[in-house]
Amino acid sequence: MRKKLLSLLVIASAFSVLPAHAQDKLTIYTYDSFTAEWGPGPQVEKAFEAECACDVEFVAVADGVALLNRLKLEGESTRADIVLGLDTNLTNEAKATGLFVRAGIDQASVKVPGGWSDDVFVPYDYAHFAVVYDSEKLANPPKSLHELVDGDPNEKIVLQDPRTSTPGLGMLLWIKSVYGANAPEAWAKLRNRVLTVTPGWSEAYGLFTKGEAPMVLSYTTSPAYHMVAEDTERYKALAFEEGNYLQIEVAGITTTGAKNPLAAKFLAFMTGPGFQDIIPETNWMLPAGATDKPLNPAFGKLPEPTKTLLFSADEVAANRKAWIDEWLAVMSR
Amino acid sequence: MSQDTQATAQADGFLVATGSDGRLLAGAIALLGIAVLIGGAILGLLLEGVRDFGGALAAFDSYLFRIVWFTLWQAVLSTVLSVVPAIVVARALSRHPTFPGRALILRLFALPLALPAIVAALGILALLGRAGLLAVPLSALSGGTWPGIYGLSGILVAHVFFNLPLATRLLLEALDTVPSDQWRLASQLGMRSLSTFRLIEWPAMRAALPGAAGLVFMLCVTSFTIVLTLGGGPAATTLEVAIYQALRFDFDPARAVTFTVLQVALTVLVMLVLARLGANTAVDANLPVTRRKFISPGYAERSLNAGIILLALAFVAGPIAATVVAGLSADFARLLTEPAVRQATTTSIVLAILSALLSVMVALSLAAARRAAAAKRSKPARVFEAVAGTGAGFVLVVPPIVIGAGWFILLRHTGAVFAVAPAMVVFVNAVMAMPFVIRAIRPAFDAAAERNDRLCAQLGISGWNRTRLIDWPALRGPIATGLAFAMALSLGDLGVIALFGSDAVQTLPYLLLARMGSYRTDDAAGLALLLGLLCLALIFLADRFGAKGAS
Repeated sequence: MRKKLLSLLVIASAFSVLPAHAQDKLTIYTYDSFTAEWGPGPQVEKAFEAECACDVEFVAVADGVALLNRLKLEGESTRADIVLGLDTNLTNEAKATGLFVRAGIDQASVKVPGGWSDDVFVPYDYAHFAVVYDSEKLANPPKSLHELVDGDPNEKIVLQDPRTSTPGLGMLLWIKSVYGANAPEAWAKLRNRVLTVTPGWSEAYGLFTKGEAPMVLSYTTSPAYHMVAEDTERYKALAFEEGNYLQIEVAGITTTGAKNPLAAKFLAFMTGPGFQDIIPETNWMLPAGATDKPLNPAFGKLPEPTKTLLFSADEVAANRKAWIDEWLAVMSR
Repeated sequence: MSQDTQATAQADGFLVATGSDGRLLAGAIALLGIAVLIGGAILGLLLEGVRDFGGALAAFDSYLFRIVWFTLWQAVLSTVLSVVPAIVVARALSRHPTFPGRALILRLFALPLALPAIVAALGILALLGRAGLLAVPLSALSGGTWPGIYGLSGILVAHVFFNLPLATRLLLEALDTVPSDQWRLASQLGMRSLSTFRLIEWPAMRAALPGAAGLVFMLCVTSFTIVLTLGGGPAATTLEVAIYQALRFDFDPARAVTFTVLQVALTVLVMLVLARLGANTAVDANLPVTRRKFISPGYAERSLNAGIILLALAFVAGPIAATVVAGLSADFARLLTEPAVRQATTTSIVLAILSALLSVMVALSLAAARRAAAAKRSKPARVFEAVAGTGAGFVLVVPPIVIGAGWFILLRHTGAVFAVAPAMVVFVNAVMAMPFVIRAIRPAFDAAAERNDRLCAQLGISGWNRTRLIDWPALRGPIATGLAFAMALSLGDLGVIALFGSDAVQTLPYLLLARMGSYRTDDAAGLALLLGLLCLALIFLADRFGAKGAS
C-alpha cells in the first residue's frame, strides 16, 4: 500500500516537472564548459536547429563523470535524449546501466587515433591530456611525468577530482599507466604540488588563468585557444617522455532518446562538418569526424605526444572504483 | 515493523485513548509527519544496507577512518579555539558593564547565528582568501605569497567565527547569574582581579563551560557547508561532506549508508554526553541582563580588556564587513535581471515561507497537544505529553544531510530524485527548525493557557473567538520569532539542496555554490550579500514584531 502510494506520488511529481514530450524537441545532457557562451553549445544548437527545425535544449552538469552519475540516478525516467561528454574510460560502465541504445548511424566518417569500433557511442572529438604551464611563471617545466611528481612542491598544479571529472580520471589513469602498482607512492609525492582538486575542468582552468597556480591539467590543444583568441604563446602544453594519456569524447542515445527520431539525426549531424567545424575553436579539441574547414594553423604549433597511453574500456570499468579508492586514501592523508 | 508503522500504531493508540480531541489529533498528525520523514530516511538506509551489506562493510577502509578522525579533530580544535578565547572575552565584557557600545557588540555577537553558513564562508574568503582584502598585508607578513585559507585553517576560522560569539554569550549569561552580593563582598574585601577571577568568576563560568563546549562541539561535528566550501580536497573532509560526495560524486549508496550510520552514532553519542552535562542544546537568543557589579578595574586591566573586546569585535565584524564590501563590487544591475538569479530567489523565498509555516504549525500542534494531554491523567496521555514535549528536540540527532541521504537512496530507483527537491527542502528544514520554534512558542503558549483556560471555560469563549481574542495577542510575538527563525534556516539550507538540487530546482545557496565553484567570485559575493540581507531583515522584523506583541 505504502509502496503504491509512493509510486503514485512519484508519478504525480514527475508529471508536474516534466513537460509533455514534444516530438520536435531534443534534450542533451552535457558538461558545463560545452554550454558556456564561448563553448560549442550555442553554435551547435543554432546549426542543428536550422537543419532539423526543432528545439535543442542543453542541460549542463558539472563534468563527464557527474554526467554519468546523474543519468544513473534518473534511470529510465531521464529527460535526456542524448548524453554528450562521456569518454572511453566511462563507456563500459555507461553501457552496463542499460540506459543506452545502439546509435544506428553510419560511423564511416569517424576518425580517432587507434581507430573506432563501438555501436553505441559515437566520438565527437579527442585530444591528449597534458600539463599546461604558464611560461612567464615557470622557467623549467617538467619534461616527464616523473619530473612532475618529483619536482619542487612550491610550484603548484591544479588538478580535477576523478570522481566527477573526466580530466581528473584521465590523470589518475595516466599515473596508473606509468607507475602501475607504485601509483599510490607517486600520488603521495605529487599531492604536495597540488594546489587544489576541483570538481570539474572549467574550475581548474579558471584558477590557472587567474594566476593562482603555474600549472594545470588540461589538454595538448588548450594553448591553441590562447594563440587564437588572445594572440599569446605564454601558455604551453607539455608532451611528457612517458607519453600522454588520450581522451576520446563520445555521445550516445538513451532509452528515452530511442523514442525520439531527432536523437539519431543529431548523432549523424555530429559526425559531419556542421558540428565538427565548430569543435576545434570552441571546445579546443581535435575533430573526430569530417570537416570542411582546415584546422587553424595554431594547432600546428602544439606539441605532438611521443606515445599515446590508453587503457581499454574494460580495464577501466573493472578497476575504476578500486583505483579511485586508492587515490582517495592517499589524498585524504 | 518499520519505524513509521510503529509510530502509526502508537499514534492510533493515543487516539483511542484520548478520544477525538482536536488538539490531540493535530499533535498526533504532526508527530506522524515527523516520524514519516525520519522513518522514511531510516528505511532507505536500512534497505540499502541489507541489499548491499558487503558494500556497506567494504566502506570501512583507511579513508573512512581518516575522515572520522578529521571530523573529530577539527571539532576538538574548533571547540578549544572558540571556548578558551570566549572565557577571556566574556570576562572582559562582564567586568565592563558600561563599555561603549557594549549592547551593540552583544547584538553583533548574535548575528553569526542568523547568518547562513555559506555567506559566512564567503565573507571569510573575501577577507582572508588568496585574493582576499587582507591578502596583500598578509603576504607581506608571511614573507611570501599568502597561501589562502583553504583546508583545516579555513574550517577553523569559520567555526570560530560562528562559535566564539556564541560561547561568549553563554558564558556571559553564566557570569550574570552571580548575585550582586558576591560582587559587593569581593569589593569590600578588596579582592584583586586575579582573586575575583579565581573565587567568583571562574566557578560561575566553569559550571556553564561543559554545556557551552559541548554545544560548540556538536555544531562543529555536524558542520556541512563550511567544510564543503572551505575544505578544499579530500584531505579536509568530514563525515557529512563524505556522505554528500558518496552520493553525488561516487554514486556509492552502500558507502553513504555506512557514513550515515556513523554520523548518527556520533551525534547520538555527543547528545548523550551533552545531556549528562546538562547543556542547553537549543540556543537561547536572549540578551543578558546586567546586574550592578561593584568592580573598579585598574587602568592596566581596563586597557587590556578593551584590547580583548576590540580584538574579538574585529574578528566577528571582519568577515561581515568583507561580505558587504565584496558584495557591493558585484554587478547588481546584471545580477538582479538574470533569470537564474530571479528564479533562485523566488524559489528560495517560497520554499522558506512554506517551510516556516509548516514548522510553526507543527510546533503549535505539539504545544497544544502536550497541553491537552497534560490535562488527562491516563498513562498513554502522559507518554504522549512527553513525546510531544521533550521528545521533539531529539530530531536534532539526525542532521539534515542524513535525512536527505536516506530519502535520496530510497527514491533513487524511482527517477524522481531531482523532482522532489522542493518538498525535501520544505519538510527537512521545517522539522530541523521545529525544536527552536517550539522553544520560542511553548512558554508563551503554556503561560497563556495557564492564565486563560479556566476563565475562557467559565465565560464560554472557545473556537475562533478564543483564538482571535485571547490566544493570538499573546502568541503572535513568539510566532513571528519562530517564523523568522525557521525562514532564515530554510533560506540558508545547503545540505538538502546540495543533494537534491539540479538545473531544474535551484535555490540561492545552490546558485551561490555553483558560481563559487566556477570562480565567478563577484557574482558569488553579490548573491551572498543578497542572501545575508534577506536573513537579517527577517530576524530584524521578527525582533520588531515580537517586541510589539510582547508589550
